[in-house]
Amino acid sequence: MKNTLRQLMHSSKFVVGAGIFVLILLTMLIYPLINPGNPLEMIGVGTFAKPGTYFSLYDAMDTKTETLKIKDAEENRLTSIVSMEDRVSMVEFMEKIGVDVSGVEMDDVDTILEMWRANFDEKSKPKGITNAKWRNYKTLNNRLSKIGKEERVIYDLDPATNEEHKLKVVGGTDYVNINGVVNTKTLPLGTDNFGRDVLKELVSACGTSILIGLVAGAVATFIGLLFGLLAGYLGGIADDIIMFVTNVFTVIPSFVLLILISYSIGQEQRGATVVAVVIGLTSWTWTARSVRSQVISLRNRDHVNLSKLSGHSLARIILTDILPYIASYVVMAFILQVSSGILSEAQLSLLGLGPKTTTTPTLGLMMNWAMLYAAHTNGYWWAYFPVILTITLISFSLNLMNTGMDQVFNPTLRD
Amino acid sequence: MSNSNEERKSCLRGVGVTKVFGSGSKKTVAVDHVDFDFKEGEIVTIVGESGSGKTTLSKMLLGLIAVTEGEVFYQGQPRDIKGARKKKEYWKNIQAIFQDPFASYNMFHKIDDVLLDCLNMRGCKDLPMEQKVQMMTEACSFVNLKFEELTNKYPFELSGGQQQRLMIARIFLLKPKILLADEPTSMIDACSRSTILDMLTKLRDEINMTVIFITHDIGLAYKISDKVYIMEHGKFVESGDAEEVIIHPKADYTKRLISDVPKIYEEWDLSTV
Amino acid sequence: MAKKMLEVRELTTKYITRFHEDVYAVDHVSLSIEEGKSLGIAGESGCGKSTLALSLMGYYFPPLHYTSGDIIIDGTNISGMNPDDVRKNILGTEIAYIPQAAMNALNPTQKIMKFVEDVINAHDPKMPKNDIHDMAYKRFELLGLPKEALEKHAVELSGGMKQRVVIAISTILSPKVLIADEPSSALDVTSQKMVIKMLRDMMESGMIKSMIFITHELPLLYNVTDDIMVMYAGQIVERGTAKEMVFDPIHPYSKGLMGSIIVPEEGTRDKVLTAIPGTPPNLKNPPKGCRFAPRCKYATPTCSAMSIETKEFGEGRNYRCLMSVRKIREVYESEQQ
Repeated sequence: MKNTLRQLMHSSKFVVGAGIFVLILLTMLIYPLINPGNPLEMIGVGTFAKPGTYFSLYDAMDTKTETLKIKDAEENRLTSIVSMEDRVSMVEFMEKIGVDVSGVEMDDVDTILEMWRANFDEKSKPKGITNAKWRNYKTLNNRLSKIGKEERVIYDLDPATNEEHKLKVVGGTDYVNINGVVNTKTLPLGTDNFGRDVLKELVSACGTSILIGLVAGAVATFIGLLFGLLAGYLGGIADDIIMFVTNVFTVIPSFVLLILISYSIGQEQRGATVVAVVIGLTSWTWTARSVRSQVISLRNRDHVNLSKLSGHSLARIILTDILPYIASYVVMAFILQVSSGILSEAQLSLLGLGPKTTTTPTLGLMMNWAMLYAAHTNGYWWAYFPVILTITLISFSLNLMNTGMDQVFNPTLRD
Repeated sequence: MSNSNEERKSCLRGVGVTKVFGSGSKKTVAVDHVDFDFKEGEIVTIVGESGSGKTTLSKMLLGLIAVTEGEVFYQGQPRDIKGARKKKEYWKNIQAIFQDPFASYNMFHKIDDVLLDCLNMRGCKDLPMEQKVQMMTEACSFVNLKFEELTNKYPFELSGGQQQRLMIARIFLLKPKILLADEPTSMIDACSRSTILDMLTKLRDEINMTVIFITHDIGLAYKISDKVYIMEHGKFVESGDAEEVIIHPKADYTKRLISDVPKIYEEWDLSTV
Repeated sequence: MAKKMLEVRELTTKYITRFHEDVYAVDHVSLSIEEGKSLGIAGESGCGKSTLALSLMGYYFPPLHYTSGDIIIDGTNISGMNPDDVRKNILGTEIAYIPQAAMNALNPTQKIMKFVEDVINAHDPKMPKNDIHDMAYKRFELLGLPKEALEKHAVELSGGMKQRVVIAISTILSPKVLIADEPSSALDVTSQKMVIKMLRDMMESGMIKSMIFITHELPLLYNVTDDIMVMYAGQIVERGTAKEMVFDPIHPYSKGLMGSIIVPEEGTRDKVLTAIPGTPPNLKNPPKGCRFAPRCKYATPTCSAMSIETKEFGEGRNYRCLMSVRKIREVYESEQQ
């Protein structure tokens, strides 16, 4: 046992795999301590807020300002207001009304802006321009009007007198320290379609998914092991019956079976545990088959014969003379079953047949939500890409562990 | 190696013992109507090449697989091993040593467990621990092993020869009437082989055990046995006194087997292939 | 004196285990074989005889590594050559190697003739197919193997036939040295005899110019090779002609080995078999001085204290023991009485 562990620690594949998996588990355990609360709390009213740090504008107004003269500030502001698209449409407009635009560089914002101010008249709409376009140009002009203003003023409306009081003057060189703003919120992965913190949701989902994988893997491994041991050791008619059942389950694609069972259970009963058990119930066949073939080869080993000659009972022979020999194999099968359980849940949930839950997210459900709200077509990558990455990492680490163990336990694969 | 075994009692006798595997077109007759009579205290060798059915016969003798046809008599009575309890009773009288020592032990059990299990089987379960240790020490010293050095070790930490000796220590504790040794020396070195053979002979002499030795090595059979049975394709082609059969073989198969083995005192005739 | 086909000087090779420990399985081994002669190597399992066979090819792959020493084949030193050159220029023409399970190395999907083509093309890629086929037919005829076997797949041949076919194919380029590592141990006695006869025929007809035959079966070695060398714990402990070694061994270890020979011959039944107590040493840290000392009943404290040199006596005989030949013979004689 000690030696086996020592060998495992010498397998770089196993160590890397186990390392990634432990890291994921640690994140799952530690992150909720740093950032407690309901992972499904809808903090955003809108959908799909971009990743980043948000601070309250309301509070920022009351925060003490400092005057900083930063060289590129003006220029940055300018390029931020007048985007490349705006510049193109500005030049297009001027060309239409007959201004000579040859030789104008698109990078030269100042020149374009100067020409625009000279040629655009808000009051007279040139011919040949649709109303819709004209409205766009007017909005654009409106936006451009604030360029060059030294400061902007914030007014407060007195509801009683309906008078406006000057509240604050904000200069172009005024800065507030973000630490001084009372309310800020960092959303490293933004929010999803319901305005929920994706990272918090992801961590929680990851835990649920691993739990589903573990339960599914345990169920599948238990059933497969039981059937495999009995079929392999007893042989004869018991073997025939068990193998018949196994074959029936193998022939029907397990995923189809999974969909049918999930569907027939109904939305209400489909909790995370039920889904996990259903996944386990449909994926035990290959464990049973491979355990059976291992047991058959062990059954004829001399130590089993010797155990028989020593008068040991069937249960004792199976438990002490067969099971320990296939234990490493069963552990490997279990790891693969966990990995495929997690993937199965993701697939089922993607089809909308996953666990019905409004209290706990799963990785599959997150993908399902992202898909339903068209996150992928709108480029809201933070809603689905981290989920895919997490699923990949989990199954990659589990498979890597499995390969590493295979090399240790299976001498023919050793290099 | 005494020749005066006329008065010896029959220990294991078989009449028309047959084993057929499969059925229909896949039918193979592994052992085909063999008759034998192993006397008490004899070393009997069954010689055969691979595929001759000698291992199948040994499994039938051990009661690990059922006899398809024919009858086995144990101590003159028809052998009855139907049901787990009767099998258990029979196995107190017949034990085995197998070919591959590395496959003969459960690698998760320590040597102590292996030997203690034998004591339990003999009904010494309730004895005080000191007495058990003393019995185990005695068994180990019989095979030139030191129990103090073996305790808390695993069988796979020993060499092949030592493992086979431990097997013999196990037999020493169990003291069965019959020992079936299935190629016990084919996977170990020549020097360890001599020790094993010595111990088997000693065991026979001490507790008047019947040793059924199974091998493909006709030299080995000549060396240790009183009686030999030559087996070919599931049948005994020749049997009798070892000296008689091997030095003056009658069956063509026996002659061929002997001529195919390299010699050192006579010229090995290579022209007869 | 005949030409030396193979000369090995102080060859040392090691295994590097998974836990990065060095195991010197071949430790300063020197030997030589003359043209037309064969040498047998005997020893218990784990004594390094199979490693020596692998090392002699000059073709090393992990975990086996070359450490020091020379391997000279017909005047050419091949030690330290890079593996690709060894495979291209040495294997097949200079040295051929037949392991125990050689017959299982045949790809079952290809005909036997394809292997012949592969062996010859590896050495001479331009040789036309017809020439190769003629060569194969001729060689098979000379060796008394059925020509039809060349057109068959490996699975259609019996184990003994497969092994003989493999030997015929790997020696088709008439190598200077054939290294056969237990080539007949996995076979039944009849096939074993056929393999042995074929090897002897090949030696006599000069298809192979010298041979190293490795086995733990001493009666077999006695009948196959001219000389026998006994190996213990990675070192050569004694060398002599087959007859001398079997009937007049000097080294206590050889004496023990030879005393454990079992043959079905009249009068051998009542001979007492010798047994050597103990187990071979672990090569990770071999005993100092004489490696056999811990198991030797004649050992004195000096045996473990100093390193033992190989001593020569008689023609081509040597042994590695502190005692003189005369002393050893006296001891053995007094023991017999």
